[in-house]
Amino acid sequence: MTESTISAPRRGVPIWVQIIIWVFLVGLLAIVAMGLNRAQQGTVQPGQVIENFTLPLYSSYELDGKSEINIQELRGKVVVINFWASWCKPCEQEAAELQAAWKEYEATGQVVFLGVDYVDTEPEARVYLKKFGITYANGPDLATRISQYFRIKGVPETYFIDQNGVLQYVQVGPFTSIDQIRAQIDPLLK
Amino acid sequence: MKATSDRKTWQITDYIVLIVLSTAFTFFTKTVALAQGPTPTDDEVNRIAKQLYCPVCESTPLDVCPTEACRQWRDVIRTMLAEGKSEEEIKQYFVQQYGARVLAEPPNRLVSYLVPAVAILLGAFMLFRGFRMWMKPSKTESSLEGATREAKPVQDPYIAKLEEELKKQK
Repeated sequence: MTESTISAPRRGVPIWVQIIIWVFLVGLLAIVAMGLNRAQQGTVQPGQVIENFTLPLYSSYELDGKSEINIQELRGKVVVINFWASWCKPCEQEAAELQAAWKEYEATGQVVFLGVDYVDTEPEARVYLKKFGITYANGPDLATRISQYFRIKGVPETYFIDQNGVLQYVQVGPFTSIDQIRAQIDPLLK
Repeated sequence: MKATSDRKTWQITDYIVLIVLSTAFTFFTKTVALAQGPTPTDDEVNRIAKQLYCPVCESTPLDVCPTEACRQWRDVIRTMLAEGKSEEEIKQYFVQQYGARVLAEPPNRLVSYLVPAVAILLGAFMLFRGFRMWMKPSKTESSLEGATREAKPVQDPYIAKLEEELKKQK
């Protein structure tokens, strides 16, 4: 009686089941932690190499006849990426300055301006582009992939990328003068 | 005793599997696309709008969101309804344009609901087991204690002699 009781310890959940349960729970916690960490991060920081992404372009707003562009194809040029939306009032404050700056640098062939239309509808976006006479390449941020990559906090936001694809400056909020835009582009061209 | 313990363990596992499967089955239902008339009313627009969330105004359903961006979205819904697009087609369009996060109900409902449900159930199960083990000693410990008690009369002769000597000294 005594021997049989000692030699037959109680069997619980098999060890492999316990391991699976713990791995699952730890994995879930890790995912939650990563999500919280990402939520606390700000925008992409200067110094970071910008990974490749594709921006489809609105018709009449193509770049060199291409209806979509890969950012990596623009290596060797300074790229100015402006996030905007037609419903965004502060975006209107800088629209004219951005277009004027584009006109200044367009002829050099060393600078590319890209407008990324964030959470917008195409008809309203076209009205906005026409209203401010914008001529540089523009396209929608499909499925908000580009804005999620840059982790934008709102619009307008503008990112200055150098010839090597490295982010050099982030402007959060609208530009108040064309000099502010020049101050970021000119040093990158030297 | 061993068989009873195993049966209990399996009963708990069975309950977990049953709950998980029934949860999965519940979320396998499909929404029905309704035909729309040529001039959609606000109610028809809002019926779809309340299933969408604009990324700009998080936590505010599209049907009650007062911002300009949301007004534009509602106009798009109205236009698409007038074109005869179904509810599913309209929602699909918004997902393509703005991502799955605009949907009030996640697209992969099975995964979205099942993973947290399974995690909660597993967590509860582990807690239950932990508390149970904490509250009362395990059968092995009990058995060992019982075995010690029962084995007392058959003590080592040296210990018996020692105890006898101690009694004499007292």
